[in-house]
Amino acid sequence: MEVLKVDSLVKSFGSRRAVKGVSFSVAKGETVAFLGPNGAGKSTTLRMIAGYLEPDAGDAITNGASILSDRTRAQLSLGYLAEGAPLYLDLSVKDFLGFLARTHGLTRPSAKIAIDRVSSDAGVTNVLSQPIETLSKGYRRRVALAGALVHDPPLLILDEPTDGLDPNQKFSMRALIARMSADKAILISTHQLDEVEAMCSRAVLIDRGEIVADATPDALKAKVPSGSLEEAFHLLTKGERAA
Amino acid sequence: MIDKLRQPANALRSVYVRELAAYFLTPLAYVFIAIFLIALGAFTFEIGRFFDTNQADLSPFFLFHPWLYLIFLPAVAMRLWADETRGGTLELLLTLPAPTWSIVLGKFLAAWTVALAALILTTPMWMSVTWLGHPDHAAIALAYVVSFLMAGGYLAIACAMSAVSANQVVAFVLSVAVGFVFTAAGLPVVASGVGATFGPSAAEALASFSLLTHFESAQHGVLEARALVFYIGFIGLFLTLNTIWIGARKGG
Repeated sequence: MEVLKVDSLVKSFGSRRAVKGVSFSVAKGETVAFLGPNGAGKSTTLRMIAGYLEPDAGDAITNGASILSDRTRAQLSLGYLAEGAPLYLDLSVKDFLGFLARTHGLTRPSAKIAIDRVSSDAGVTNVLSQPIETLSKGYRRRVALAGALVHDPPLLILDEPTDGLDPNQKFSMRALIARMSADKAILISTHQLDEVEAMCSRAVLIDRGEIVADATPDALKAKVPSGSLEEAFHLLTKGERAA
Repeated sequence: MIDKLRQPANALRSVYVRELAAYFLTPLAYVFIAIFLIALGAFTFEIGRFFDTNQADLSPFFLFHPWLYLIFLPAVAMRLWADETRGGTLELLLTLPAPTWSIVLGKFLAAWTVALAALILTTPMWMSVTWLGHPDHAAIALAYVVSFLMAGGYLAIACAMSAVSANQVVAFVLSVAVGFVFTAAGLPVVASGVGATFGPSAAEALASFSLLTHFESAQHGVLEARALVFYIGFIGLFLTLNTIWIGARKGG
C-alpha cells in the first residue's frame, strides 16, 4: 500500500533550480533511503513533502492527502524529523512531547498513553522529566524522533537521523528505526551508505535535483564491478565528473 | 466546518500554553511586569503629579500607558518569532498540522496575556483613588478595557516585526519605530504640522490611524465604537502581516 507519492516536485531558489521534477513513492513496510551528495536537493525535497517549503510545481500525497490542497490532513499523517533535530531546549522531554501530542489533536489521556509509548520506543523514559537542554546529542535525537512518532503517523520522514552521533548512538537509533519499519513507511535521508545496506529495502538517488536511480541496494551494487555501494553512489552521482 | 476548525484550535491552544509557560516559567514575564509597574508608578506620581491634581481620577496614570507600551511590549514580543528562526524550531513549528494563522494567534494571545497580567496588577491604583475620593468607575473601567486593546495593537506590531528578523534586537528596534509612527500620528504637534501643510482633513485622517487618538476619548469615559473597530482591525492587520511574512518563508 502506497503511503507517500511524490509527483514531479520542482523547487527553485532564485535562479537556481534545486529540485527538478522529482517523483518516487514509498509503501507501507518499506524503509527507503534518500541518497545524494551535499546540495543535491534531498533536504529541499523532504521539506516540501513535510510542508515546510512550498513546491513551485508538483505535489506530495501522504496517505491520500495532498500537501498543497489538504495540508493539515497530510501533515497529520506524517512524522518529520528535520535536519539537526530542532527542539525546544527550555522544555522538559515530557512537556515537549505533550506539546506535540496536543498540537496533533490528542486528548489528555491519549497524549499520556502516546508519550509513554514513544518514550519507551525511543528509549527516553529515564529522562522524561529532564530539560532537553541538559541532554546529550544522542538523547536529543531520540527525543526528536519520539516527537515525530507521538501521533503514530503512517509515514516517517527522517532527515539525517544519525548525523553527528557516536557509533553506539548510531547503533541504537538504527535498531529503533528497524523496529518501526514493519508497520510504517519510512523515508530516510542519509550520507551513511552502511546505514542504507543495514536498514533500507530501497534507495532513491538524487543528484543535482534529479532522480538518477531508484532500486534496491543490491541492484545498485550490481551496477559496478566491485559490487560496492560506495562506488555505485560515486558513479551514479557523477562524482568523478564533479571532482 | 467544526471539524475544519478543530485542528487549528488544537494548535492555537497548545502554542498558547507553550508560550505562556515560556513567559511564566522563566523570569521573563516577572521582570517585565515588575519593571513596567515601577516605571508606570514613577511616571504617574513623579511626572504626572498624581497627588497635585487634587482629583479622584486616573488621568495621570493612563496618560503614560501608550508610551510605556511602546517600549515595554516590543520587549515582551521580540522573541516570539525571532527565537524560532534563530533556534531552528521554525521548521518544527511550520510542519505541525495547523494553519500558520493559528500558530500566530496562539503566540500573540500568550503575549497579550502577559500584558493583561501587568494591567491587572495596576488595579491597586484604582483602589487607591477610590479610597481617596469618588472616581467615575465606569470611565476607569472603560479606560482599562481600551488600554488592554491598545496593548494588543502594540503587541501585534511587535509580533509582526519579530517575524521579519531573526535578531531580537533588530525586531525590538523595528517594533519601537513602527509603534512610534502609529503613536506620534496622534500627537497635537504632528497634527498641527500636517494640518498646516496638507490641510485639517489630512491631519484628522492621519490622527485617526494613531493608537493614541482612540485611547484619549476612552480616558474621558467616552466609548466610541470606531475606537473598538480600530483596535480590533489594527490587531487583525498586523497579525495578518505576521502570518503572511511567516508564510513567505515557505516560498524559500
